[in-house]
Amino acid sequence: MGAIDKVSGPLVVASDMLGSNMYDVVKVGKDKLIGEIIQLKGPNAVIQVYEDTTGLRPGEPVITTAKPLSVDLGPGLLTSIYDGIQRPLEVLQKKSGSFIARGIEATALDTKKKWKFTSEKGIRKGSRVKSGEIIGHVQETDVIKHYIMVPLGVDGTIESIRDGSYTIDEPVAKIKSGKSSVSITMKQVRPVRKPAPVKTKIRSSVPLITGQRVIDTLFPVAKGGTAAIPGPFGSGKTVTQQQLAKWSDADIVVYVGCGERGNEMTEVLTEFPELKDPKSGKPLMQRTLLIANTSNMPVAAREASIYTGITIAEYFRDMGYDVAIMADSTSRWAEAMREISARLEELPGEEGYPAYLPKRLAEYYERSGSVEALSGKKGSITIIGAVSPPGGDISEPVSQGTLRVVKTFWALDASLASARHFPSINWLTSYSLYSGALEEWYRKNVGEGFVNARKEAMQLLQREAELKDIVQLVGEDALPDQEKIVLDVGRMIRESYLRQIAFDEVDTYTSLSKQSLMLDAILCFRKKADEAVKAGIQSDKIVSMKVKTDIARLKGVKEADVESAVKKVREDMDREFSALSKDAE
Amino acid sequence: MKFEVNYSTIESVAGPLVVVGKVGTASYNEIVRIRLPSGESRLGQVLETTSRHAVVQVFGPTDGINIDKTSVSFLGETFRVGVSEDMLGRIFDGQGRPRDIKSEVSFKEKRDINGEPINPAARAMPNDFIETGISTIDGLNTLVRGQKLPLFSASGLSHNELTAQITRQAKVKKSNEGFAVVFAGIGITYDDAEYFINEFRKTGALSRTAAFINLADDPSIERILTPRIALTTAEYLAYDRGMHVLVILNDMTNYAEALRELSSAREEVPGRRGYPGYMYTDLASIYERAGIIKGRKGSITQLNVVTMPGDDVTHPIPDLTGYITEGQIFMARDLHNKGIYPEVNPLGSLSRLMSNGIGDGKTRADHSNVKDQLFGAYARAQDAKSLSSIVGAEALSDTDKLYLKFGDEFENRFIKQGFYEDRTIEDTLSIGWEILSILPQSELTRIKPAYIEEYYGAKGKDARARGDGKETGKEHKNHPKPSK
Repeated sequence: MGAIDKVSGPLVVASDMLGSNMYDVVKVGKDKLIGEIIQLKGPNAVIQVYEDTTGLRPGEPVITTAKPLSVDLGPGLLTSIYDGIQRPLEVLQKKSGSFIARGIEATALDTKKKWKFTSEKGIRKGSRVKSGEIIGHVQETDVIKHYIMVPLGVDGTIESIRDGSYTIDEPVAKIKSGKSSVSITMKQVRPVRKPAPVKTKIRSSVPLITGQRVIDTLFPVAKGGTAAIPGPFGSGKTVTQQQLAKWSDADIVVYVGCGERGNEMTEVLTEFPELKDPKSGKPLMQRTLLIANTSNMPVAAREASIYTGITIAEYFRDMGYDVAIMADSTSRWAEAMREISARLEELPGEEGYPAYLPKRLAEYYERSGSVEALSGKKGSITIIGAVSPPGGDISEPVSQGTLRVVKTFWALDASLASARHFPSINWLTSYSLYSGALEEWYRKNVGEGFVNARKEAMQLLQREAELKDIVQLVGEDALPDQEKIVLDVGRMIRESYLRQIAFDEVDTYTSLSKQSLMLDAILCFRKKADEAVKAGIQSDKIVSMKVKTDIARLKGVKEADVESAVKKVREDMDREFSALSKDAE
Repeated sequence: MKFEVNYSTIESVAGPLVVVGKVGTASYNEIVRIRLPSGESRLGQVLETTSRHAVVQVFGPTDGINIDKTSVSFLGETFRVGVSEDMLGRIFDGQGRPRDIKSEVSFKEKRDINGEPINPAARAMPNDFIETGISTIDGLNTLVRGQKLPLFSASGLSHNELTAQITRQAKVKKSNEGFAVVFAGIGITYDDAEYFINEFRKTGALSRTAAFINLADDPSIERILTPRIALTTAEYLAYDRGMHVLVILNDMTNYAEALRELSSAREEVPGRRGYPGYMYTDLASIYERAGIIKGRKGSITQLNVVTMPGDDVTHPIPDLTGYITEGQIFMARDLHNKGIYPEVNPLGSLSRLMSNGIGDGKTRADHSNVKDQLFGAYARAQDAKSLSSIVGAEALSDTDKLYLKFGDEFENRFIKQGFYEDRTIEDTLSIGWEILSILPQSELTRIKPAYIEEYYGAKGKDARARGDGKETGKEHKNHPKPSK
């Protein structure tokens, strides 16, 4: 047992700590605040404390638990809301009221609730099982089967296994491992700072379908891939993240609110249970898990929250699920590192961030991936990280460190946001390095046409941007009719296709088939307009065609009615164009 | 600790910091009383404690403190202030001591000024529309109960007037629940402080206002306390007394500068522009105290003034603020120079909670669409304007000319309003429709057809008749197509 020697903000130095390890969890002071050893100097240990240190004084005891910072994993995780070190916030509320008091202990998982455990086929007494192998399952929510796996590091022969309803602490099986016999419960504990082992990583060629047109069509992310959303405040990072959490076709969503607004977490908590998954029709909350360490909660726990989230994500991946983890915002995580680093009086790197920042960012994003798990199942983790660069300038260290490791970059644009063009993902500066790898999938599942349409749309947008520069100098009237059409169609793609309203009941999610139909309609208009101009029709007549309004309104058409609506639009288009050419004659 | 121990072991004094030696058991964030040789006493707080010494930050000047004759006692508690309903109608200084000449206040209890973070699971979602009577706010950047929405302003702009007008006009429809204002003047001038107090007095708001004033020439370290004391009072009124409290912190830039002063005195590694690396966390500990709690009646809404140094929105203070608050009201110098009050530029402004507070039953069903269209059209008008300044207005397309006209009308009729003009949300929306009706229907792609049917041109005929004589509504069904 050691004693406090110094307190400065979230950092405590304890003396007489010989024998404790780096990254051991310790209980600090009379209130037993939770902390983690982050530096050892002779007999002294430097501890970052995950709770407010007000009132701590030199001389108070420090006890080590001799265990690294870990999370509890088992049935009951889904639909929960945790703080950065996996304390269940709803339980804390019952214990200490509406405000978070210090030194409260609460187990992450409900220890009283009984879950119905069913053993896997073929797993019986005498079966040889390996670390990570699935031995049974629990129906955790209507949509998610929670597989019970052999804890990491345990290999052996099943001595006994029993079906039935048990709590997470009651043994469901016994495994003879070497000479000792290990009791297996439905709960396992994993350290958060160490990636869980997998059999192999696989190159992913399946997109994470998000229902967001600009993402799915132009800048898709692969399942098991990584994406970053940097942008200044007010550019819609959080709304985009929440849209992905709502509509992406992952099996499990882990949403980490890292140093962000309290009301945003409330929004998720109130909204998600009411939203239905477009696939299963069940409430979205049933596949979701929240980690909330808001900006006014202790800074060290904010640093931990990212690791807590990814460790839980790995656990579900190992069961063979496609997991998406959203971290909003990784900049707050980096700032927490910076704050701790400054208090450790480490030599600062760029902009005061510790020199190991890029390494930590890379380590985090490398925990993504599409894998074959130890259980033999295939699962994936897609990491989507928001970045909040100061002043929106992405030349700063967190953005740069992130861009070096992620493969999809959704650049949020302040000027689009101020014109209320959402999602404000800039189509000229964003990129997705997965486009090539995913092309095959799109070809097979959406159609050959869609891949080409995507390319044509990108070219049009590029060309439109170039023409706009010219217009700035000479005015639109000076352009040839052909190019006026490009400007007009570019505007249609932006306004009628890329712009998507998250708060509109229908527009909030667009299936791939609807995306394809909408884009085709616009490009079909383009083709006809081109032909008409060539036939000598004035461009302003085309620009003011009525059918454009109908194309613009397609986004508000329900999925079921899209096909007929597009058909009608196409007919109207034909009619209007032939009327135009008749007039011209 | 029930008893006080006096230490006469000051080792050093530098800036606002005093290092006291041989203490050993001072607790972190504990309050200390410093007794000067002159008999005067000042308060301070422990910033760092070790088994050998304690570093104390003094709330106030350090003049008169000396090494050998000054004593320090540790009070064994954090900084706490008394709270009570009797604080309404009173004016206090930046440390919470009565500044007016009235009697002492009888306090119900004392509370830690740092508060505790609200458990995110205990928050209730803010969704009550607050009508401020200002079109650019109600119509385009709606304020909602429990929200924190700063005014991003700059020196020379009308943020004080706008804050005063909002305080006077703000109301929640169909609600007669208790309403209170907590005003914290942080490093403001005597003139500004007087302006607000007079405004409150004139409109009768003073009786439901508690004001905490730290003047520009008061000790800057005191500015660290003022917003926290104000918020502690607000929390008591809101969560214990069930009132809806509007907190105005004016001006947070002065607060952040005091924070920087303290940080540099502590010789900390500076972050951007010398502000400490933990400024985000520190500002969040203030802003995040806005909100609504499940099962309790009251609410705290924050309307804070942030003056942007050099009109620069990327300066660390507005930048970090914007990342924490739920939007911002952006005041623009170019509008101000055109003589427009309130000079709110909608394009830089945002209310993140807006969608929760508007729509059918709250404001009006078409509100969201109208807002989107106004934003889109005003942005397009800006483009048209910059284009016309290069190629001349004559070279613009017909549509762009309409947008130009729309832009002017929008600024002069929608944004501009009187200091005493209190517009209802219906007024605001009908002005919006009048101006939108300048544009042909085909341009209104962000509005559902049903709303266009109902509202387009209904009151806007005059506006169109005043048009420049050219055919303006060629897509409008009532107009025959121009024959060439």
